[in-house]
Amino acid sequence: MSGGVDSSVAVKLLLDMGYDCAGATMRLYTNEDIGLDKAKTCCSLNDVEDARFVAFKLGIDFHVFNFSTDFREKVINHFIDTYLNGGTPNPCIECNKHLKFEKFLERARLLDYNYIATGHYVKREFDKKTGRWNLKRSPDVNKDQSYVLYSMTQDQIAHTLFPVGELSKDKIRQIAEQNSLINADKPDSQDICFIPDGDYAKFITENSGEQPEGDIILTDGTKLGRHKGLIHYTIGQRKGIGVSYSEPLFVIDKNLSDNTLILGTKDEQGCTSLIADDVNFIPFEKLAEPFECTAQTRYHQKDVPCTVSPLDDGRIKVVFNTKHKAVSVGQAVVLYDGDYIVGGGTIAEAFND
Amino acid sequence: MEKRFIYADNAATTCVSKKALEAALPYFTEQYGNASSIYRMGMDSAKVILKAREQVANAIGAKVNEIYFTSGGSEADNWAIKGSALNGAKRGKKHIITTVFEHHAVLHTCQFLEKQGYEVTYLPVDEKGLITPKQVEDAIREDTCLVTIMFANNEIGTVLPIAEVGEICKAKKVPFHTDAVQAVGNVPINVKEMNIDMLSLSGHKIHAPKGIGCLYVRGGISLPNLIHGGAQERNKRAGTENVPSIVALGVAITDACADIDTKAIKVSKMRDRLIEGILKIPETRLNGDANKRLPGNVNISIRGVEGESLLLTLDMNGIAASSGSACTSGSLDPSHVLLAIGLPHEIAHGSLRLSINEDTTDEDVDYILSVIPNVVKRLRGMSPLWERICKTEGLDSDGNKIK
Repeated sequence: MSGGVDSSVAVKLLLDMGYDCAGATMRLYTNEDIGLDKAKTCCSLNDVEDARFVAFKLGIDFHVFNFSTDFREKVINHFIDTYLNGGTPNPCIECNKHLKFEKFLERARLLDYNYIATGHYVKREFDKKTGRWNLKRSPDVNKDQSYVLYSMTQDQIAHTLFPVGELSKDKIRQIAEQNSLINADKPDSQDICFIPDGDYAKFITENSGEQPEGDIILTDGTKLGRHKGLIHYTIGQRKGIGVSYSEPLFVIDKNLSDNTLILGTKDEQGCTSLIADDVNFIPFEKLAEPFECTAQTRYHQKDVPCTVSPLDDGRIKVVFNTKHKAVSVGQAVVLYDGDYIVGGGTIAEAFND
Repeated sequence: MEKRFIYADNAATTCVSKKALEAALPYFTEQYGNASSIYRMGMDSAKVILKAREQVANAIGAKVNEIYFTSGGSEADNWAIKGSALNGAKRGKKHIITTVFEHHAVLHTCQFLEKQGYEVTYLPVDEKGLITPKQVEDAIREDTCLVTIMFANNEIGTVLPIAEVGEICKAKKVPFHTDAVQAVGNVPINVKEMNIDMLSLSGHKIHAPKGIGCLYVRGGISLPNLIHGGAQERNKRAGTENVPSIVALGVAITDACADIDTKAIKVSKMRDRLIEGILKIPETRLNGDANKRLPGNVNISIRGVEGESLLLTLDMNGIAASSGSACTSGSLDPSHVLLAIGLPHEIAHGSLRLSINEDTTDEDVDYILSVIPNVVKRLRGMSPLWERICKTEGLDSDGNKIK
């Protein structure tokens, strides 16, 4: 429970269905860890207390699990490393993978609970033919969170309930208000929870020092100016780069070997294919042969048609039907078959040929 | 009339109610878990703290996450004022507005801040012990970081125009704190409707134990800690929670605020009878406005009588009263509150405060009214000061004008 609407209503719905529930919140970091104290983030101490109050109102036990060491190692450090290596990490996915569906589930089992439940907007379905659990997009397209759940294992899906996954956000708010769950009007957490002010570049420099400046160049090598450290830029970024040119320029690539930021025009943007590692599939264990599906390379982005093929080393190659914009190393590529998740992985390389 | 024991000093402290005590007892010997502990006993403590937090929030119209338990009213005042001062300094704002007749928890804190380079405006009060909202409005400056004005005065019981001040502070965007220690449970309070940003309250004035209180801090205001340490109270006030007292506070404040209007009618009727009765004694005067006044507060100056001997004699007659604030009763200085409303030293010395509550009976009032005139007569008879007053002003020994 985060103290927010979704997880609070999730408990309420489970109780109505007759489940015996306890609430729990993951304590992921201390204020000292992040040098900040702000109310709106998803796992701060305030939220623990908000969650505790909701549990109290619903008359259920409440636990706080302190995972701050694991969070530091597996999420924060990974986040910093990915950035320093030129990538764009997605810490929510790492957190789900290592903490929410691993450590948290482990704790629940320790306490003899059969399931964990979360406030994610996603549906799970059992496929009798294959004997496997599937994940399906939420009917509320705007809230769908399937993208951050692609790494769930069969065991994890089998033991996780998503009570709000069937409903729309409006309906959830309505239930929260009807049951006077205190935080019905609490805003959704959207930023990276451990960087409440959203200034991830500052966060990284505070942790790892200032990053070296370098040249900003065009794809043909023309020097345009200086950048203030590659971590300050994202693939596809247009504004705030600080160079002027006859037409709009976008970040096409970050070259770590010579510390250059490469800009290009609109037409030079995008990629034709990518390779992803650390892959997971949901309706089947392993990808045996090329498969036509759609791919989503960022949260809340429209999925686009592609073909995914297995590589010998266990990685996968995704070839887009048409050039796809804003593919960043470090982000997740998640594959869909209609509304069902096929699987996904971490983007390791992107190609534009 | 037969001698009785009457506790008439409820502004100093109150008895713990049986209900509050019974609610608190299990948390001493059975459910004594530390609320931060992971096991069930700890969890149970955390739960009852939440319940109390909700009760306190409901009593003053706040949200649950705006209530921070403290050791009492003084800590809450210190925290609100010093915290706001630190917040102000960050933006170059080092001016505080208060009144001359605040409780010492506020006054001494402001004086401390003056030594740290802050400027404090002490608004004067009129002869009835009131301020006007206009005074506050006029005193607010660009660099004002806090307005702190008590809800009701502890000595003379006047109830100040808090909602009006709140509106002004909101319009001027200046944080507004009120020390409501004497007001809670006696006058209706709604922090949202009254635009109060911070409010201090104390348990032992409303039948909870001593050593517990709280500070309400409106959501959106981030006060720096006064007490650093553990992560209790959302990391804002360190120290293991005083579970039994917190539980008792929740119960007590709920009861205290349950039926304020009916209670006020009953108590103020007795109060007015006391005031009327005592004022029949010549050369006496009521301190503080007669109407804008706490229902249980009587404060009367009796010329020619020295406060301490009055209290001692009343005590011999079974009446527990005070001459003003219990917090300063060890000092022989005349009350700063009475001086503030313009009383001369000599009269400020001879004042009597009776603070009654819903447990006071009509018989108690009768008894007090039967005792006081005799006590005053006796003390005046022994007083060289009274003799001098009578001589210079042409009064008989009872204080009546000699025709």
